[in-house]
Amino acid sequence: MSVILFSIYIFVLACFVGYQVVWGVTPALHTPLMSLTNAISGIIVVGAILVAGAGEADTLTKFIGFVAVTLASINIFGGFMVTQRMLAMFKKKER
Amino acid sequence: MMGADILAVAYLLAAVLFILGLKGLSAPKTARRGNLLAIVGMAVALVAVLASPAVSEYGWIIAGVVIGGLIGSQMASRVEMTSMPQLVAALHSFVGLAAVLVALGTFLNHRAMGGLNPVLMAELGIGSFIGAITFTGSVVAFAKLQGLMGSAPLQFRGQHLLNALLALAMIGLTVYFCITGELWVWVAMTVVALLLGWLLITPIGGADMPVVVSMLNSYSGWAASATGFTLQNELLIITGALVGASGAILSYIMCRAMNRSIISVIFGGFGGDAVSADAGQAGDQTVKSAAPEDASFMLENAEKVIIVPGYGMAVAQAQHAVSELTSLLEEHGVTVKFAIHPVAGRMPGHMNVLLAEADISYDRVFEMEEINSEFSTADVTLVIGANDVINPAARTDKGSPIYGMPILDVDKSRQIYVIKRSMSPGYAGVDNSLFYQDNCSLVFGDAKHVCEKMLQAFE
Repeated sequence: MSVILFSIYIFVLACFVGYQVVWGVTPALHTPLMSLTNAISGIIVVGAILVAGAGEADTLTKFIGFVAVTLASINIFGGFMVTQRMLAMFKKKER
Repeated sequence: MMGADILAVAYLLAAVLFILGLKGLSAPKTARRGNLLAIVGMAVALVAVLASPAVSEYGWIIAGVVIGGLIGSQMASRVEMTSMPQLVAALHSFVGLAAVLVALGTFLNHRAMGGLNPVLMAELGIGSFIGAITFTGSVVAFAKLQGLMGSAPLQFRGQHLLNALLALAMIGLTVYFCITGELWVWVAMTVVALLLGWLLITPIGGADMPVVVSMLNSYSGWAASATGFTLQNELLIITGALVGASGAILSYIMCRAMNRSIISVIFGGFGGDAVSADAGQAGDQTVKSAAPEDASFMLENAEKVIIVPGYGMAVAQAQHAVSELTSLLEEHGVTVKFAIHPVAGRMPGHMNVLLAEADISYDRVFEMEEINSEFSTADVTLVIGANDVINPAARTDKGSPIYGMPILDVDKSRQIYVIKRSMSPGYAGVDNSLFYQDNCSLVFGDAKHVCEKMLQAFE
């Protein structure tokens, strides 16, 4: 199997997993769902790190990588923290 | 290659933790643990990639993480809950731009080392243009939500033709880029994609924002996935697919709740610049208006009250006053429940977060399907800044633009009070027949102001 086909396999199966898992999310938590997906899409930081940290690259390329790392980090920190803040508000009060 | 295997195992672990994290959101009880699992997943992935042999310089990376971390944590701790849609839109735009930059950086690195091939360039091209569309689309969505840009749909003749031509040009340039591998072709393609993202979102009206925000959520996922293809990184592919699927499902749920197809939302033009109809224009029908004190008297003497919050509550920041009102009513032995329409507010779940912020217990907050049968047993229904989602014309009037849209059956309750700023119609530009019902009274004013007056009347 070629590399690209292998990647497509993974992609398609992950779409199905996502579909199943997200339908299970309660509508009350749809906003935290969005901010949590914001946070985990910050995983693009992995790509940014590979650009910013490649020793042999020129300075311009590393700078591009740096900007990408910054943007992805905003997503990671901002997304997880705001999700935590929101979820802490969902409380069940005793009557 | 032991190192590569360890990295792959770490990525797999991170992917599993992300999936478990999302799964945690199936109930408020498990949600916080879910978020923590996702954080652990992110940490595992970060440590793994930093330790991998492909990374040999840390200066730029540390700087980026520190600066981004500071900005992100500031944004997260300061944002008002009413502004969540803006924050989410801003975060989508960052993912989009990061995808473009990663593609550019990867291209430059591979070009320097002579490692370019058509498959890689196709993946680079696709990653860049999805990222670019996500970026400018989200910037426009942010500007509209923040009020920096008019929320009315901007339309002009030939718009769809122009968009179609731009899309064709973008695809043509992507193919040309795969053949030539020239930097300028990549730049041209990205510029066209940036323009396209801008033009795709400008025609969409303010109240269609729940769909737009969900759609861009989905795009940001696909952009991450495409980057994963470029870098042959399975974790990125999986995470992007999860996010992409999530956004797509939310878009679908939002469209279903408005009885509209995704196509009609994307092509825009639903009200927004609605002709303002004042009370007189609705034939000889008249509405009854009531003072906050009247409403508060009725609420106090009710046994069961249902509150329907809408965008008006968010705009007026009235959630805390509503919460106080709820506590007072409960002290008087009144049962209070909340009814949420899926598209209330500017993003999915917006109202639930506002009510949670105001300390309203989530077991009192119900979705449309759960509570619709209960309106007939409610003594009083209090509507706070909602309009189209309670319009009975959606059930009865085949000529109405909102016909067929699922609504909250507010009209079936014994007495209805609607807090509203003016008689102007909702975003669909449709007159609301509920307001002319005998058992419906309108309380005019800002939602927060009215709720505070109602509180005073109690005391």
